[in-house]
Amino acid sequence: MYRYDEHDQRMLDERVRQYRGQTERFLRGELSEAEFRALRLRNGLYVQRLAPMLRIAIPYGMLASRQLRQLAHIARHFDKGYAHFTTRQNVQFNWPRLEEVPDILAELASVQMHSIQTSGNCIRNTTADQFSGVAPDEVEDARPYCELIRQWSTFHPEFNYLPRKFKIAVCGSVADRAVVRVHDIGLVIVRDAGGATGFEVIVGGGLGRTPMIGTTIREFLPAPELLGYLEAILRVYNQFGRRDHLFKSRIKILVKALGADEFRARVEREWETTRRTVPPLTAAQIERARSYFTAPPYEDIDAAACAGALAAARATSRAFDRWLQRNVGAHRVPGYAIVTLSLKRTGIAPGDVTDRQLELVADLADAYSFGEVRVTHEQNLVLADVPQPRLFELWEAVRAAGLATPNIGMLTDIICCPGGDLCSLANAKSIPVAEAIQRRFDDLDYLHDLGDIDLNISGCMNACGHHHVAQIGILGVDKKGEEFYQISLGGNQGTDAALGTILGPSFAQEDMPEVIGRILDLYVAERHGDESFLETYRRIGIEPFRKAVYGASH
Amino acid sequence: MALLIRHGDIVADDWVRLDAEFDTAAPLPPGKLLVPLCLWNARRAELVARDQPVGIWLASSEHPEAIVDALEDIALVAIDFPVFSDGRGYSYARVLRDTWGFAGELRAIGDVQRDQIFLMKRCGFDSFQIRADRDPTDALAGLEEFSLVYQSATVDPLPPLLQREVRRGA
Ligand code: SF4
Repeated sequence: MYRYDEHDQRMLDERVRQYRGQTERFLRGELSEAEFRALRLRNGLYVQRLAPMLRIAIPYGMLASRQLRQLAHIARHFDKGYAHFTTRQNVQFNWPRLEEVPDILAELASVQMHSIQTSGNCIRNTTADQFSGVAPDEVEDARPYCELIRQWSTFHPEFNYLPRKFKIAVCGSVADRAVVRVHDIGLVIVRDAGGATGFEVIVGGGLGRTPMIGTTIREFLPAPELLGYLEAILRVYNQFGRRDHLFKSRIKILVKALGADEFRARVEREWETTRRTVPPLTAAQIERARSYFTAPPYEDIDAAACAGALAAARATSRAFDRWLQRNVGAHRVPGYAIVTLSLKRTGIAPGDVTDRQLELVADLADAYSFGEVRVTHEQNLVLADVPQPRLFELWEAVRAAGLATPNIGMLTDIICCPGGDLCSLANAKSIPVAEAIQRRFDDLDYLHDLGDIDLNISGCMNACGHHHVAQIGILGVDKKGEEFYQISLGGNQGTDAALGTILGPSFAQEDMPEVIGRILDLYVAERHGDESFLETYRRIGIEPFRKAVYGASH
Repeated sequence: MALLIRHGDIVADDWVRLDAEFDTAAPLPPGKLLVPLCLWNARRAELVARDQPVGIWLASSEHPEAIVDALEDIALVAIDFPVFSDGRGYSYARVLRDTWGFAGELRAIGDVQRDQIFLMKRCGFDSFQIRADRDPTDALAGLEEFSLVYQSATVDPLPPLLQREVRRGA
């Protein structure tokens, strides 16, 4: 993964020093609340319902074991022993003291981590496919480009006070695991007829109050032109994006208002300037970025022999078999596997880990996966390079740590925002709803029979829980001061991304497991053969689900 | 005279700024005049004919496209930041410098403070009217906050780190 040289480190140290000065000026009364707010937000510090919250960037989801250990240390000393992984591959601490944040940032800087631009109206952490570099269906590794985007966007002088926050996602494979179509900019790595690398450029996707699937404004942008083109898009947005209304200030609203053609024309006009002022990436620069993401020293493993051994182990342990089915995926190198550690155990808030679990995962990464871990936008962790002959012993270790729930991609692998328990913007709690659903549907045979279903929960319109792109989306709403939940069906992430359709009137919290049960029952009754929930939904539409939930009279 | 940061020094502002409410029919005061766009549009010929330099200041809602044909006649463009969080002016500056090649003085006015001027400078601003209730001497330190940059901009203190091609310390 990327390692800082002395220049990266110096910039980061200067940033910590700058923020320490800003905090001191604020505490001395030399900066107003509003002025300090903008500065602390650019350093990831929110003031939440109960206490401040510090969000730390995990660039495109990559973590080294020593960074995990440092996060564990921070969780123990500055938080209450927990860390929370978010849907943007970041990590959050919920109880830091404002005066201590400069110290936390200094601790993070010592392991090349930071909280730069994790909030505020600027370019946020770039996200990527969590299986970059190891996926069998990969066109090209997204991470070198993500790193170039990270450097370009870090302290970009022009784009620090945008109309609103700005999120970029990059995917390098055929299947889209980075939800690129619901980002402000989504980039998909493609090859042209001559085999040159480039990007499909998608703009104006987004969730939140006005969910939209993005529009492709360029089918093929040659890779060397990437940063100049991004700069042109951002310059159009920064000049012409709305600033008069919080809910209308994302780029998707501008793209919609201008129309894709006019938006593209403006970008191309700015690009005439930016392709001059932003030097195209040279082959040597791209090579430099790539050199940080070369393959680890894989061993030669006899794939056929391990397939036999695994089959034998599966036959003796049903639990191991289930885990292999759901949590272990194919790797592009024969004899290796991609292992997802589930942070979705019933009773634990989705995405939460303890300091001890973090340390254990760091040890496992060192022992089984070349010392690296990835964070997924589904709020799980990944060991990307596990030798298949060691899967069984790894499983035993992960199981003991409570991280082997065999539910990846299933109903109980719920994406869930912090909601009303922690977030000051929430309309409703989300964590207890996730837990109630996990408790009700705890029968593994039933869950495996249901197969792939995304169920996502957001505590308000801001949609941090990505509820629009789940097959079953749950949104917390406020009805005369009471917490209610609205359900939408048929959303999907991926190449054929779709937004869910609202089912009907919302429900009280205690009714949610029952309502979900009716939806699932209908699916099971209606499905043809091994049709997935989404396939059945797309075939029969929403009406039968409405009848099943609200009765024939609705 | 108000103080100003110009080219990294604190100097007295030798320009007279007319505000947007200045009566477009009133006689022009003497001295270097920094005028609002409406006054420029109303009395361009007269302003150019004076023997003193003239400049135009733009509100954040006034796109510099409106003065692209004036750039040869003026010595100063000032861009107002009504609040620091309204960042349109950063792009306006870059369009003025990079697209249209404006080489005169480019000044940030309004809610301009220590924590923004490093960024503003890189977008091509070369003078800063620090908000009246803040000490420009203290703000000056803001220009030195970082010794390195990642990306190219209008003004690069050093070669941007993005252009590194060789791995060091790897
Ligand atoms: S979706 Fe709403 S409640 Fe949930 S974390 Fe985001 S802002 Fe908070």
